[in-house]
Amino acid sequence: MLKITNLHASLEEEDKQILKGVNLEVPTGKVHAIMGPNGSGKSTLSYILSGKDGYEVTDGSASLDGVDLLELEPEERAAEGLFLAFQYPVEIPGVGNMTFLRTALNSQRKARGEEELNAADFLKLVREKAKALKIDADMLKRPVNVGFSGGEKKRNEILQMAMLEPKMCILDETDSGLDVDAMKLVAEGVNALRSPDRAFLVITHYQRLLDHIKPDVVHIMADGKIIKSGGPELALQVEDEGYADLLEGAA
Amino acid sequence: MTLPAQKQKATDDLLGAYDAPTSASRWANEAREAALGRYQNMGAPTRRDEYWKYTNPAALTAGIATENPVAPTDVTAFDQVDSLKLVFVDGRFDVHRSDAIQGVQINQLADVLAADIHACKDLFGELEARGQKPVHRPLAALNTAMAKEGVVIHVKGQLDRPVEIQYLREDPTADILIHNVIKLDKDASLTLLESGAIGARFNIVSEIDVPDNASFHHIRLQGRETQRAGSNHIFARLGAESLFKSFTLAVNGTLTRNETIIELTGDNANAHVACAAAGDGDFHHDDTVFVTHDAVNCESRQVFKKVLRNGATSCFQGKILVKPDAQKTDGYQISQGLLLDDDSNFLAKPELEIYADDVACSHGSTCGGADETALFYLMSRGISRDQAQDMLVLAFLDEAIQEIADETLADAIRGQLQAWLR
Ligand SMILES: Nc1ncnc2c1ncn2[C@@H]1O[C@H](COP(=O)(O)OP(=O)(O)OP(=O)(O)O)[C@@H](O)[C@H]1O
Ligand SMILES: [Mg+2]
Repeated sequence: MLKITNLHASLEEEDKQILKGVNLEVPTGKVHAIMGPNGSGKSTLSYILSGKDGYEVTDGSASLDGVDLLELEPEERAAEGLFLAFQYPVEIPGVGNMTFLRTALNSQRKARGEEELNAADFLKLVREKAKALKIDADMLKRPVNVGFSGGEKKRNEILQMAMLEPKMCILDETDSGLDVDAMKLVAEGVNALRSPDRAFLVITHYQRLLDHIKPDVVHIMADGKIIKSGGPELALQVEDEGYADLLEGAA
Repeated sequence: MTLPAQKQKATDDLLGAYDAPTSASRWANEAREAALGRYQNMGAPTRRDEYWKYTNPAALTAGIATENPVAPTDVTAFDQVDSLKLVFVDGRFDVHRSDAIQGVQINQLADVLAADIHACKDLFGELEARGQKPVHRPLAALNTAMAKEGVVIHVKGQLDRPVEIQYLREDPTADILIHNVIKLDKDASLTLLESGAIGARFNIVSEIDVPDNASFHHIRLQGRETQRAGSNHIFARLGAESLFKSFTLAVNGTLTRNETIIELTGDNANAHVACAAAGDGDFHHDDTVFVTHDAVNCESRQVFKKVLRNGATSCFQGKILVKPDAQKTDGYQISQGLLLDDDSNFLAKPELEIYADDVACSHGSTCGGADETALFYLMSRGISRDQAQDMLVLAFLDEAIQEIADETLADAIRGQLQAWLR
């Protein structure tokens, strides 16, 4: 599904290389996790995959089901089925959450040549999905993420994912800032979406989330590269021992 | 007193553009003569005047108005509103196209000025004259001296529907002066709507008296006829516990100067002025606001939001003057420009002048491009850059639209804005 080969990227503004040859493949139906020290490039990777300005890809490639992602505009990548749950969801004053969700959903449908959802069907769908994530009607009416608590913002990301039903979901530290119950809700939301034709890339610092969302493979990222990949036990090792040994082994 | 040569020339040129009005009743003749005197003393505006630094008034003071093709009349948001319509065509009141007057006293300006007695006679030229200090508004004085057309509205109680003035165009060269006088009695209320392309060039003055406990709501549409050139002056006097709320939606227009001069003279009065403007290309939009607090515990708010692209220019000159006895004043002012490219300009001159010690006044002005982080967030969800930008533009302007008290009218304005931007 997602195939990243030898991806090198640096900042456009300054001459600083952040990704230094990332190789990663997430097959359809699988859940992969990425762990790694602060500043190792995990968020940068997710931004580059989804098309944020400000980075220059100097080498390598990234594709989704054979489609070259790096050639596409961010909205085209979304229509191809890529979704990023942001580490820091953005507040947009003046744009209602409902309007935002509906515009996003219908833009994607249109781009894929599907029929747009009418107001009534949309409302029904959003109510149902919001209920499962315990997002109340008031949050849906408010401007996008404005005044939401940290945990509410993260749940709102998962609501968007549930509405858009992407095939490749990247979750960037969706667990940070969540209380124990919210973490369960979010994990349930993710698990409900697990399917043979959908894949997940879960970026996290903590084993905790992976208790709820069982990964098939865990990758360790350090200094802009994947330095080690393994089974779920790798996450337990990080939890117990930290990164020191892993980093040394890679050096 | 002699004026500088350039100013004298502009003064004479502009005066020469209009035929002198025929003699009216004595009080009206005197008011017009006094106004002519004010105009000639001040002289027409030129670029050198402090309050015309950002806006070149040449097109407004030329001896002849630039011809300006008539665009088809725009469908407006007000078409859905059940209102009492007053229609001007090329600056002349059109009785046949206007609704029958019911529930309110409305006369044509000429009839009022010809009468010896009228409830509004103390207002004509009076509020305009008060508004000449400390800043000159020569175009308004000229208007009082020369305008033959206008409506005089006297509201004695609660009106069950808004009054809408439509200024329609047919003649591509019409150079228009309109002078309106609006008097509310104590406790009365009025919603006034204004729309239409008006003329090849226009100069409209409205004097509005909002006495104790009265409330006045005003919504003005300045549509997308691109070559609009004209000036508006609103002079309002507010009594105790009164409410004044004025909102303008402006889209395009080569040269539009909107001046709003408000005097809060009674305690606990409340004045709000707001504008949402979208300019594309050959657009120059000037909002000049002067709010004088001269009573205790009054509130004033100025909210101005402008979106500009392709070389459009907008300026805001907003002043709050708090007189020594105007304690407990709450004054607020915000002006913001959203620039969609590097060619556009937003110029702001916020001013506070405070002589009382127990007041809370704040002002802010910002200017910047679209929020790239927000744009990316929207795009990452499948929304195109253009549509994402439109969403941010509407959200930005909505902060001004929220100043409209009536939700139905506010929604109509939202619809109008979307239709105009499309
Ligand atoms: N726009 C930028 N300007 C300057 N430095 C940047 C920029 N974007 C990323 N970096 C730097 O690139 C490195 C990788 O950042 P990134 O956010 O991808 O790390 P991360 O692995 O997600 O870290 P964390 O676990 O703390 O979220 C960091 O050193 C960061 O400071
Ligand atoms: Mg990160």
